Amino acid sequence: MPARLPRPGRPAGGRSRRVLHALRTPIGATAAAMMALVALTAIVAPILWTDRANAHETASILAGPSAEHWIGTDAAGRDLFFRVLVATRLSVLLALGSTGIAVGIGLLLGTAPVLVGGWVSRAVTWFVGIAVAFPGFLLALFFAVIFGAGQTAAAFAIGLAGAPTFARLCQTLTGGIMNRDYVAAARIGGVSKLRLLTRHILPNIAEPLIVNATIGAGGVLLSFAGLSFLGLGVSAPAYDWGRLMYEGLSGIYIHPVAALAPGLAVMIAGMAFNLVGESAARALGLAALGELVPTHRLRRPAPLAAPMGSDEPDDGAVLRVRDLTVAFPTPAGPIHPVRGISFAVPAGGAVGLVGESGSGKSLTALAVAQLIEAPGEVGASELTFAGEAILGGDPRAHRHLLGTSLAMVFQDPMTSLNPTMRIGWQLAEVVREHGGASRQEGWERAVERLSAVRIADAPRRAHAYPHEFSGGMRQRAMIGMGVMGSPRLIIADEPTTALDVTVQEQVLDLLGSIRAADGVALLLISHDVSVVATVCDRVLVMYAGRIVEELAVDRLYGGARHPYTRLLVAAVPDMDTDLATPLPTIPGRPAPVSAIAQGCAFAARCPLADAVCRETDPEMVDDGRGSRVACWHAGEPFPDDAVPTVAVPVAVPQGESRGNAGGFAAADAGAAGAADCPVAGSPLAGSPTPTPEGGSA
Amino acid sequence: MSLLRRPELDVGPSRVGALRENRWVRFALARAGRLAVSLWVLATAAFLMIHLVPGDPVRAAMGLTAPADAVETRRELLGLNDPLPEQYVRFLSGVLTGDLGDSIGVQMPVADVIGQRLPATASLAVLAFLVAVGIAIPVGVAMGVITRGGRARRTELGFAATSVVLGSIPDFLLGVGLVALFSVTWRVLPVAGRGGPTSYILPVVALSLGPAAVLARIVRVEMLGVLQTDYVRTARAKRLRRRRIYLRHALPNAVTASLTLGGLLLTSMVAGTVLVENVFAWPGLGSTIVSAILTKDYPLAQGVILVYGVAVLGVNTLVDVALALLDPRSTAGDA
Repeated sequence: MPARLPRPGRPAGGRSRRVLHALRTPIGATAAAMMALVALTAIVAPILWTDRANAHETASILAGPSAEHWIGTDAAGRDLFFRVLVATRLSVLLALGSTGIAVGIGLLLGTAPVLVGGWVSRAVTWFVGIAVAFPGFLLALFFAVIFGAGQTAAAFAIGLAGAPTFARLCQTLTGGIMNRDYVAAARIGGVSKLRLLTRHILPNIAEPLIVNATIGAGGVLLSFAGLSFLGLGVSAPAYDWGRLMYEGLSGIYIHPVAALAPGLAVMIAGMAFNLVGESAARALGLAALGELVPTHRLRRPAPLAAPMGSDEPDDGAVLRVRDLTVAFPTPAGPIHPVRGISFAVPAGGAVGLVGESGSGKSLTALAVAQLIEAPGEVGASELTFAGEAILGGDPRAHRHLLGTSLAMVFQDPMTSLNPTMRIGWQLAEVVREHGGASRQEGWERAVERLSAVRIADAPRRAHAYPHEFSGGMRQRAMIGMGVMGSPRLIIADEPTTALDVTVQEQVLDLLGSIRAADGVALLLISHDVSVVATVCDRVLVMYAGRIVEELAVDRLYGGARHPYTRLLVAAVPDMDTDLATPLPTIPGRPAPVSAIAQGCAFAARCPLADAVCRETDPEMVDDGRGSRVACWHAGEPFPDDAVPTVAVPVAVPQGESRGNAGGFAAADAGAAGAADCPVAGSPLAGSPTPTPEGGSA
Repeated sequence: MSLLRRPELDVGPSRVGALRENRWVRFALARAGRLAVSLWVLATAAFLMIHLVPGDPVRAAMGLTAPADAVETRRELLGLNDPLPEQYVRFLSGVLTGDLGDSIGVQMPVADVIGQRLPATASLAVLAFLVAVGIAIPVGVAMGVITRGGRARRTELGFAATSVVLGSIPDFLLGVGLVALFSVTWRVLPVAGRGGPTSYILPVVALSLGPAAVLARIVRVEMLGVLQTDYVRTARAKRLRRRRIYLRHALPNAVTASLTLGGLLLTSMVAGTVLVENVFAWPGLGSTIVSAILTKDYPLAQGVILVYGVAVLGVNTLVDVALALLDPRSTAGDA
């Protein structure tokens, strides 16, 4: 049985309140009612009905159910209904006794390491480890051989058989407590082992132990019924439910109910113990197997805020997105992490999407790629990829286009590759699925692509599993997977965040050279402004589910007008940063998507915010020079004292390093400059771009 | 029960080839070593069993009225008067050569009794094992797919209720119920005994239904977890067919996790045969062990317990091998 272990991070107080609360849930109430019924029967039935249960009626032997005998009589003419009721006490008492033995011995074995330590404790742990591999009933039979038949023997057999499970549980629980600071302090302070056990360990493991014992008692009840059913447990004239089943089985041709009725009683009582234990475990916050957080079904998302200022439909865009929304249902109602954003990625261009974690940038990437699954919902007035509207309709219709022309690179290469499949096959299946390639052709293409993403010795490495690759190799394999087809757009969601700094550059370099060689467009999602500045031509700045500014990358340092963008840029240290001064930070925390206030979402953290900002969300405004910004105070200088951490005269980079900065029109989003995008090792040297407001600091 | 642990082994590029060649060898060695230790513990426990019996086991077996010299002769015959280490060595070498001593009750070698009875139990257990896994995996996977992300809540509720109820019916009660319905009331299937294929239906169902229900629940939960992993998202990003995503990408991972949790369930079916065999008067080891315990035929009981123990260890090893085949990391983590 799966043990219930304490879940970390739950407060310990208010136990009785939580248990009472559990009683009000349907399962908790059912459990309590069943338990009360079993307990009441166990107490009352033997007092009231022992005589009727033992009265022989020779006239009606093995009789079926009748008004007189509700479920008939046994081979000696005794009333089965009352026998089942009277048997409750012995059945439950024996189960409790066995459980007590199991818990007692388990506790002894499980806490032995604390008391004795050394090789004895290791031996006990080792032995318990082997014993728990054997099913309890088999162990019970083992001990039944030693102790023989009979109810006391069976009680010990089942109790001893259950001991390893509880020993293992106690070991786990004790181990957890021994690691806590106050126990360590007590040990250093010279508290005796016995006192450690009684003062610190027992009180802390009591709760989960009792809960598990209650659940275990249900299983013990069944085991006991099993032994009695085999004739190895309770023997005549005494009777428990298992014994009644054993007696009933011989007359099953004539009278099947005689064997079934006591079995049903076993089941009910067993379930009562189980349910009580499970509900207590839930109430006390002990982790249960297969627990899932319930969510409310999402209703159609409410129409969201007015669409943002639409931009010119720029021709040749590989991806066009208008009024994109993403909604998720939660117990408290739907949340909208992406709230109506519009942008385009020009063919062969590189667009960066930056923002803090939780700003909705990864969800935007997934939504654009049609990878958000129910219960999440995606809405947009336009979502066009390579000239095809991909939102809605039959997803299978777009399968081929998306499978061959849209590549995804995810953040964590450790988890994004299937651990049970060879790398080569994971690449090959792209062309096998979409290109109709044979196994052989697929494999050859995979090997070729792995070499193309600079994996040395690709023919051999294609046979490897992901865990045999380093992080950087895995990310390159992911990129290789993306270029198995003939992609027109690569969406890379934080492709370097999970990698070592030294490897990050290789991966960015690789993305850049793929762009250069094949004219593939890139949508790069990152929280790292410097990464975006290195690779991209245009930048989208996202805050709380909206795009607040869009601008050419050469205007990022110095030419940004949204206060958030300016703060974000200022927060990035570079080679010129004076390490003696504190790094600038953006005060406050990102607005939670679950509770976005009225007005501009950034108002709470913005040094320029005023009453208007808190009242009305600003619209996106095109400045006619290829930039868009949504801010009431776009471009206004920060007050000197408003953001002390930012007002520090950090050497805010004056521009960007790319040789062709300004060499292409911002409006055409760099299709021209895309090809020669060098990966700068140390970014951001001087530049001609003036810094109208950032420079005032 | 320990939860799934997946040791992450980051092996440098130069060792990839060497690891691939050695992985199976290392896995086989480590697993065989563990199996050998477990077998030794099992054999020792079986040996000690007879010596832990309170009082004189032979006197207990032959009854209080048996003459003292007859008891003494039998003790001598069983070798119980020899020094304990000598008996231990003899027992272990006997186990290795298939000599389990003589039964007190049946007056024939224990190995022969087991040889007669084992096929009935083994065929029953293997069939039930296959049925349980064969039901649980497809049902669990299908339920995981259908109810992923909170879909089909009614179906989920129905499945949860059905599997909980089926999973909590004890196998022997289920057996009795099946006999009452199919053999006594409707008279469509044999009530007891081992005969043609039809005689297998009820015992196999009784034995496998509960574990199948519980295992299906585990598979569903694991499937739900796997469907949320990054690598399934990658598979979806590759726009593979749904069938391929579920069967080729999700299934092996879900089954691996399920087997780790469900292994104990499958071993418990070995013990379950004892009860189910007694319901159906199945001529297997289950009835043998019960009569051996009742008649205090200790050598026979010892032998049968040993066989059951070996069966459990065998199931555990099979599960580990299946895990190794499905998940290359489980072998890499070994050693």
